Amino acid sequence: MSDPAPPDRTLNVCSRRRLLCGVLETALVGLAASSALVAAATDTDPRKLPPQLGDELAYSSDDGGKVVTAAEIKLHTAPIIAYPRDPHTQVIRERSRLNQILLLRFTPKELSAETRANAADGIVAYSAICTHAACGVSEWNATTLHLICPCHASQYDPRQRAVRVAGPAPRALPALPIKQTGNRLTITGPFSGQVGAEKS
Amino acid sequence: MMLKMLVAVAMLASALSSAAERLPYTPVTDARLAHPEPENWLMYRGNYSSWGYSPLARITSKNAHTLVPVWTFSTGVEEAHQAPPIVNNGVMFITTPRNQILALDARTGELIWRYRRELPADLFQLHPTNRGVALYGDRVYLATVDAHLLALDARTGEVVWDQEVADYLAGYYMTLAPLIADGKVMVGVSGGEFGIRGFVQAFDANTGKARWKTYTVPGPGEVGHDSWPGDSWKRGGVPVWVTGSYDIETKLAYWGTGNAGPWLGTTRPGDNLYATSVIALDVANGTIRAHHQYHWNDSWDWDEVSAPLLIDVKRGDRTIKGLVHAGRDGYLWLLERGQNKIGFVAAQPYVHQTVYSKLDAKTGRPEYNAAARPKVGQRSEFCPSIWGGKDWPPSAYNPNTGFLYIPANENLCSALTGVDTKYKRGELYIGVPFEKMEVFPTAAAKDHIGELQAWNIAAGTKAWTVKFPFHNWGPILTTGGNLVFSGGTNDRYFRAFDATTGEVLWKQRTNSGVVGVPSSYEIDGVQYIAVQSGWGVDAQRKQEYLDKAFGTKTNVPQGGVLWVFALGNAESKP
Repeated sequence: MSDPAPPDRTLNVCSRRRLLCGVLETALVGLAASSALVAAATDTDPRKLPPQLGDELAYSSDDGGKVVTAAEIKLHTAPIIAYPRDPHTQVIRERSRLNQILLLRFTPKELSAETRANAADGIVAYSAICTHAACGVSEWNATTLHLICPCHASQYDPRQRAVRVAGPAPRALPALPIKQTGNRLTITGPFSGQVGAEKS
Repeated sequence: MMLKMLVAVAMLASALSSAAERLPYTPVTDARLAHPEPENWLMYRGNYSSWGYSPLARITSKNAHTLVPVWTFSTGVEEAHQAPPIVNNGVMFITTPRNQILALDARTGELIWRYRRELPADLFQLHPTNRGVALYGDRVYLATVDAHLLALDARTGEVVWDQEVADYLAGYYMTLAPLIADGKVMVGVSGGEFGIRGFVQAFDANTGKARWKTYTVPGPGEVGHDSWPGDSWKRGGVPVWVTGSYDIETKLAYWGTGNAGPWLGTTRPGDNLYATSVIALDVANGTIRAHHQYHWNDSWDWDEVSAPLLIDVKRGDRTIKGLVHAGRDGYLWLLERGQNKIGFVAAQPYVHQTVYSKLDAKTGRPEYNAAARPKVGQRSEFCPSIWGGKDWPPSAYNPNTGFLYIPANENLCSALTGVDTKYKRGELYIGVPFEKMEVFPTAAAKDHIGELQAWNIAAGTKAWTVKFPFHNWGPILTTGGNLVFSGGTNDRYFRAFDATTGEVLWKQRTNSGVVGVPSSYEIDGVQYIAVQSGWGVDAQRKQEYLDKAFGTKTNVPQGGVLWVFALGNAESKP
């Protein structure tokens, strides 16, 4: 059994190009960063792009690919995992797991002021990627209303801008500002911080 | 501007490579790997038999109390620092989480070169760690957490080749030190919690070209395939994430294998070969020559990835070519190895175990207590916990005492409640939600949990036990000076024990918890003990369960430091 073809990983500059890694690492930092930026800028695959202004939110193709409506997000229930979707082309940006988004609903008065500013009538959206080791924040405690990363037990409070309340995560989950028009949710800005783990 | 930078870089390269060429470095040959010099530590466990034993004897049970740190080195990263310092004639190599390699002057601690891998931003790091490099010729080999195998120039740290082993986006990753034999670099893959199909693969050490690949889950038409229902074999797990042992006489490599996935056996009825087993791979072509499955249809997350120690064991008037394994299942196994067979000799629990009702006297195949087998929708308790009687931290064998030293955990149990689960590429595929993974101490845990056990292998009896209040996550080194070295506890101590009696002879409080594999080496007649201190991954997770159970709040700071010790008085001089 063979595995599918590896994806494009242009950011992995050092190993891919056999540049004098190690001894010359410090000297090459600038070059590597420049190359990475160019690679990111020239990567036009819309399925990998981060959330764009005006994008809708949709289920993954494996889960049917339909748009997530506001009515589907129920009060105090486990988050729906969604991806940004281009409303014009219907392309779902699911080729990067960094685009996984958690959607939850609370009553607006439960939310902190900072959280409410990014929310749509109690619906909040966060990165689903843990800030500790980039695992998927895939579990939910229905009693405490906390999000849980099953890898190393970091927990976040989605009512308080997803601040870390337990575990090794160094910071909150980045929030994604959204708005609601009728039953439709759209993205109104970029994530509030770096998605995923910070480099040591 | 860019051209100027490139010229500057080229000039720097020239200057540094000239300096690097002057670095004395002794190539590592097959002969040296087969019979490592006492003054060096050339591979993960010091020798192919995985003993974790150094014959060096300048530091002894008489003078160990005078040990002092002679130098340290901060690695600059957090999480679990598990790799042994690998030493070749004065040059030391350590690895850290995030796939950093540090080459150091083993005498002075001076940095020779540093390699840092640029990891993908979307890498899902369930186990952010690494367990060390392998050496061969004038190269250093690293298995990476984004599932690549690298060969680097030992003198400069330059990457000579970079081979993708598997797709990290499908959940494959690597944390083990490669095993090198017969000109091949062998690695196994992690990812059992992601629905991978485990394998061991060999690459040509010189070119990086793949030579063979052997799956630990047999495909259609292969022996053992019928032990998997339907398509479950495609995502059956069975990872290999600890370095194997190697028998230079038979040219067979012995690898331990992980549990099948998803976790609960009821989702994949059958024995699920070659999960939770030891497999004997012919290094020439990867053929599985023999296997022994410690337990079938696992439901307890009891990986049996620790490679068995190759020990000649005298039983009566017979010398058994033994495979000795302190299992995660809480049993101490003695098997007999042959060219095409692994035979069962004996097994007995070394911690309290509630799952096996009996073992078959001829084959060692266990029967199970039905109540201790977790199922979907049903909570079941069992002991030892999901981290087993012993997890990956390696045991050690001292040929002088004849003792096997086991970093064990007692008085700790688990309960699991399964749920139906659906496979999604690159996502967790466990079938037990985090909140349904319970780990709890028994009443006896008020006395202790962690243990360092010594077993007389020939007699099959326990010689002594040292107890620790909390869990023990300490890999073990034993030496010709009648010593055992280990850390592993949340009090941040690294200790020296008398190998015969278990008496604590010396201890040093370090920066963090010591989950690193210790090693020993000698330069100009001075013996050194080296170990990394850097708490993280499962040691930390387990601590959180225990704090919850005991109502404690334990703070073990993170951040890695390499510690090197030597005798602090005239005894250290030749």
